[in-house]
Amino acid sequence: MSTPEDHQNAGEPMPGAPRPGAAREGTAQTSAEQAAPAQTGSGQPGHVGRSEEDRSANLVHEILSSSWLLSLLALVVALAVGGVLIAAADEQVQEAAGYLFARPTDFIGAAWSAVSEAYVALFHGAVFDGQSATFTRSIRSVTETLTVSTPLILAGLGVALAFRASLFNIGAQGQIIMGATFAAWVGFTWHLPVGVHVVVAVLAGILGGALWGAIPGFLRARTGAHEVIVTIMLNYIAVYLISYLLITPAFQRPGSSNPVSPLLDDTALYPLLLGSGFRLHAGFLVAIAATAFVWWLLNRSTVGFRFRAVGLNPHAARTAGIKVEWAYVLVMIVAGGLAGLAGTAQVMGTEKYLTAGIAASFGFDAITVALLGRSRPIGVFFAGLLFGALRAGGVTMQARTGTPIDIVLVVQSVIVLLIAAPPLVRAIFRLPAPNSRPRSARPAAVKEAQA
Amino acid sequence: MSTVTAPTQGAASQGAVGGSTPGSRKAPITYAVLGLFALVVFGLLGQPGSSTFSVSTRTDLFQITPIGVPSRLTAIVLALVCLGLAAFAALRAKEGRRTPGWVAGTFAAAFVLAFLTWAVAGESIPFTGLLQGTLFLAVPLVFGALSGVMCERVGVINIAIEGQLLAGAFLAAVAASLSGNVYAGLIAAPIAGVLVALLLAVFTITYAVNQIIVGVVLNVLVVGVTGFLYSTVLTVNASSWNQPPGLQRIAIPLLSEIPVLGPVLFRQNLIVYLMYAAVIVANIALFRSKWGLRVRAVGEHPRAADTVGIKVNATRFKNVLLGGAIAGLGGAFFTIGAGLAFGKEMTAGKGYIALAAMIFGRWSPKGALGAALLFGFAEQLRISLGIVGTGIPSQFMLMTPYLVTIFAVAGLVGRVRPPAANGTHYAKS
Amino acid sequence: MKLELRGITKRFGPLVANDHIDLVIEPGEIHALLGENGAGKSTLMNVLYGLYDPDEGEILVDGTARTFAGPGDAMAAGIGMVHQHFMLVPVFTVAENVVLGHEPTRGGGLLDLAEARRLVREISDRFGFDVDPDALVEDLPVGVQQRVEIIKALSRDAKVLILDEPTAVLTPQETDELIGIMRQLKAAGTSIVFITHKLREVRAVADRITVIRRGAVVGSARPDAAETELASLMVGRAVSLGVAKSPARAGDVRLQVRDLVVRSATGQRVVDGISFDVASGEILAVAGVQGNGQTELTEAILGLQAHVHGSIELRGTQLVGRTVDQVLEAGVGFVPEDRSKDGLVKEFSIAENLVLDLHDKQPYAQGWSMRPRVIRENAERRVQEFDIRTTGVELAAANLSGGNQQKVVLARELSRPLELFIASQPTRGLDVGSIEFVHERIVTERDNGTPVIIVSTELDEVVALADRILVMYRGRIVGLVPGSTDRDVLGLMMAGVPVDEAVAQAAVHRTETTAAGTEQGGVL
Repeated sequence: MSTPEDHQNAGEPMPGAPRPGAAREGTAQTSAEQAAPAQTGSGQPGHVGRSEEDRSANLVHEILSSSWLLSLLALVVALAVGGVLIAAADEQVQEAAGYLFARPTDFIGAAWSAVSEAYVALFHGAVFDGQSATFTRSIRSVTETLTVSTPLILAGLGVALAFRASLFNIGAQGQIIMGATFAAWVGFTWHLPVGVHVVVAVLAGILGGALWGAIPGFLRARTGAHEVIVTIMLNYIAVYLISYLLITPAFQRPGSSNPVSPLLDDTALYPLLLGSGFRLHAGFLVAIAATAFVWWLLNRSTVGFRFRAVGLNPHAARTAGIKVEWAYVLVMIVAGGLAGLAGTAQVMGTEKYLTAGIAASFGFDAITVALLGRSRPIGVFFAGLLFGALRAGGVTMQARTGTPIDIVLVVQSVIVLLIAAPPLVRAIFRLPAPNSRPRSARPAAVKEAQA
Repeated sequence: MSTVTAPTQGAASQGAVGGSTPGSRKAPITYAVLGLFALVVFGLLGQPGSSTFSVSTRTDLFQITPIGVPSRLTAIVLALVCLGLAAFAALRAKEGRRTPGWVAGTFAAAFVLAFLTWAVAGESIPFTGLLQGTLFLAVPLVFGALSGVMCERVGVINIAIEGQLLAGAFLAAVAASLSGNVYAGLIAAPIAGVLVALLLAVFTITYAVNQIIVGVVLNVLVVGVTGFLYSTVLTVNASSWNQPPGLQRIAIPLLSEIPVLGPVLFRQNLIVYLMYAAVIVANIALFRSKWGLRVRAVGEHPRAADTVGIKVNATRFKNVLLGGAIAGLGGAFFTIGAGLAFGKEMTAGKGYIALAAMIFGRWSPKGALGAALLFGFAEQLRISLGIVGTGIPSQFMLMTPYLVTIFAVAGLVGRVRPPAANGTHYAKS
Repeated sequence: MKLELRGITKRFGPLVANDHIDLVIEPGEIHALLGENGAGKSTLMNVLYGLYDPDEGEILVDGTARTFAGPGDAMAAGIGMVHQHFMLVPVFTVAENVVLGHEPTRGGGLLDLAEARRLVREISDRFGFDVDPDALVEDLPVGVQQRVEIIKALSRDAKVLILDEPTAVLTPQETDELIGIMRQLKAAGTSIVFITHKLREVRAVADRITVIRRGAVVGSARPDAAETELASLMVGRAVSLGVAKSPARAGDVRLQVRDLVVRSATGQRVVDGISFDVASGEILAVAGVQGNGQTELTEAILGLQAHVHGSIELRGTQLVGRTVDQVLEAGVGFVPEDRSKDGLVKEFSIAENLVLDLHDKQPYAQGWSMRPRVIRENAERRVQEFDIRTTGVELAAANLSGGNQQKVVLARELSRPLELFIASQPTRGLDVGSIEFVHERIVTERDNGTPVIIVSTELDEVVALADRILVMYRGRIVGLVPGSTDRDVLGLMMAGVPVDEAVAQAAVHRTETTAAGTEQGGVL
């Protein structure tokens, strides 16, 4: 039953998952805009004259309250938090802190050099290394970033897609593992012609991830079992399953006592994009294609329309004839398939054989990628690039300055926390709230129109 | 994203009306299937010979000779017990009555014993060691699950248990190492847990960020921070930063001399005794006290609680912090409790098993204890059987807690019902 | 205790829910607060109860100004409230619910449940409630739950009891009993604020009536004021309680329902073996108190109910056992009872909402691809046609007022050729202008030859629209009567009285009321 208060509260931010901002920000503006003609009385003329004047102020406000700025500021804060940790753990800084009040400049200098060296190394490792001897080596950084981004983007898309149908897919880790397992098995067991082999292996990878994703989808649809719990549990089950498989004859490398698989056939590997000097492989093109596909799926396809409808209001979706349970299963199948693709990128591109650690922590990082990308395909793509850059740069940073790569996890998680709580970022930087402009600017504009 | 069992198709009102469904046939069927499985696999297809359980340790006051039983016969008898319980549950379901709680417990015990006799056929297994290991592995799970209970009973999902355990383990090790006093570690651990919980509370309660998101991200954050500090400060200066003293075992006079159980339960360190106390106090406080009534009201129907003057968000905040302290203390068991130095990501997903134990224990301290012991037992079994050597790959033993939890949330082992407002943000107006 | 509200103003963003409201509640009176849905009654009471902070104005208790930071303060001041949606914890017992927030303890913070039980029994006995303190609230029928709420308020020594739309979920008998309870409470010295939009109840029990419209007090009245007078005060102008419609020209039978049984998830027969027909070009109104199986009936036709037996044939096509999309495909248009929950995806744009059930059909989709341009053009047409007040079709539906949201739902459901049109509570919560519009559209659809089923708990709406009226009570049909049936008769039928008996009783009743004047009219 709807209460009288229902529509009054409709304009208030809804608690819950950080839904893409559009609908919410649109709400605040439009309700104010609706009120405008009524207030001016004369309606149209006042409205037109005002909008021209307001445009520049509007633009500034748009920028100040936009999600892009928030993301940028979140990154700044996160790097600052990381910087504090780096400085605190640096021995020279600790030493200088001992006589902080005697020579504070020493302390500041030591802290600055510790932090800046680490971050410069990170940048070199992630984007462009100007200090390298050769051009090839200096652009290797960016190709490493793209290589590391590939599984992040793919798995991030899977998590994001499920989010849009209001399912929390914490299970990308397990889905990556299963995708990699299936793809690897096809890759080293079957010996197929060039071209065919890689395609079949990719399809197997999708299948593996999709199967693992289908389980929580199915259980949610049939029994109401919560997907968060089921996917977390399935992550662990996948880890133990792959550890077991890797000591069975079907998977273990002949002659090896380690739990590793044989190398995949060359025909089953993603082609390298920039020759043998770089690890960058065609999996990255798959990630681009997958981003485009998910964009189309969500924004232009009937299936995506159903996913979104089910995610936002399953009751209304059901009443409109949408099969909600089937949507849960299907979205988890697609999400799992995308994570499975991330598994193929790992096993058919980067690693070339299967180990129990094939998924690294990509499945968990994918959750942060999806959150930072606000569950939108394009956003996920760039968030994946950013976190890929942090990770690739982190390796260089660790090698050059000894700063442990764990700092990347700190930066990553602080970014996501801040992104999820815009009021906090606004409070830190004293920014205007997104709907403060219409209200404060309105009276002046109305008066002008009346005069 | 509010409840752990969303109402199924066409039964939207179910959540509000029908709780535990007496007369459900799922449980009896599950029992019957498992019982038959036990009968066939453990019993009829089992190896002949005898299974030996050694009970006493050499230091025991009372020495008990190892018990040897005929493997097949024992397994068959235990499987029949399982089937009998299944029949009983079916009868109750047919009459439309609820199956009493002891049925599940007895069934689990009989099934596990049947499995054990089958697995150690022709071999010997130290029973006391099995129990000791079980308790040892269960301690952090119990604390973690209790933390989950404290949070979820007020409607805040705590995925960050893992992070709280890890933070507790870290700070306990560091504080105990730096001060040279193990009790400093014992005090520092809950503080670390509270700090993680504070972030959880601020982001979920103050800023209304989705609870699952915050939990997942906090785990990453704690792994990052502790991992970073471990690789820098703790490694460089290991002798002063990461060599914590361990807690002493305290044998409780008389109690520790009880055969079998005495050494297991009452020759333990302070953290274990604190665990016993925590479970008992939490169980009484939640279900018998004024505080507990209010806490549960906040988790079930926050608006109703608000309308009788209970401060919903303050209650939530306090409980989340309390939960953090409990999990932090549990984290201390990894380092000072076990006499180990801190290691990177040393909690290794125990926080998630604790979450599972909380669900399997149906959001009650007592149930969480039982579930944690069961999960601890499964892991200890893997270790013990690994020594004895059986046909079961250890990986499958390790999967048990996770599989069991999936079965639990899928409603195959009776219906689990989380607090109704779990996962929701409460805004007054 | 005398309670006074002075100049209470409460805003939600640009919306003024309460606009300088003054109200005085004298000790021991039953004061009715009358107003349409959305007039601001509940907001006012939530302010009084400390759930909302007023933007302006003050609350006086016995002449001294008080501020209520929360319900705790309000309760301490002697104010109790029975909310429209009960504030009871379903998994707690009655005793636990009653003492929640002021628990008796045995020392050590342990609950004294014996004392709690005693408290419940004492109050329960005092008013003859017959409530078991150890029953789980979720197992109790709504009428009993409401009593638990009253016990809860009385256990805190409430001197003023606010009842927010207490009869919405009650059967007529339960309503009668509640009115009895209200009189008892009044006799015991408790003041009662009775919030409602039902004129008859107000006239039956109130000592004074304050009418609220659009957030402001528009007048007060005595209980002997004429019903039409109260109605026009409430809605702002003289209300024509009827719709201009020509007599139905019913054609051949299109929908045949036979021996329909719907079971709830817990196995109760919520629709219990009913049969009826609907012909083309007629409106069949299903009348009844909420919760007598009407919702389940319509949901069964649409395929939303899980356990359905019997037969529903639409032009010879069996609908039982079909999925919702198949039923929609067969030409059923459906306006759900709760539009914000079941009718709209509020975050979706108006354009998307207008194709919610047609999004994968031509011309809105081509294969798996949707066609945004066609969808937008369609939306622009519908917005024109149905007079949906909005600045653009790409706006989220959440921005629209209740009336305009309902128009979106109607526009969607009426935008394709229909074989059957079903509307549940089509005007619940709407303003008068929107109500007229919706009613006209429904009549137009009928005149186009579509069989129409209307489900309404509002007798006014039933009488205004129906060509035939089917009265449901406890999942069964009490009777199928012409649209012109006397409303007293309908009221009795809604209480389960069979047609013949109802006609007889109503006739007696009418003579009685004429004789006894306005004293204690029949309560619906």
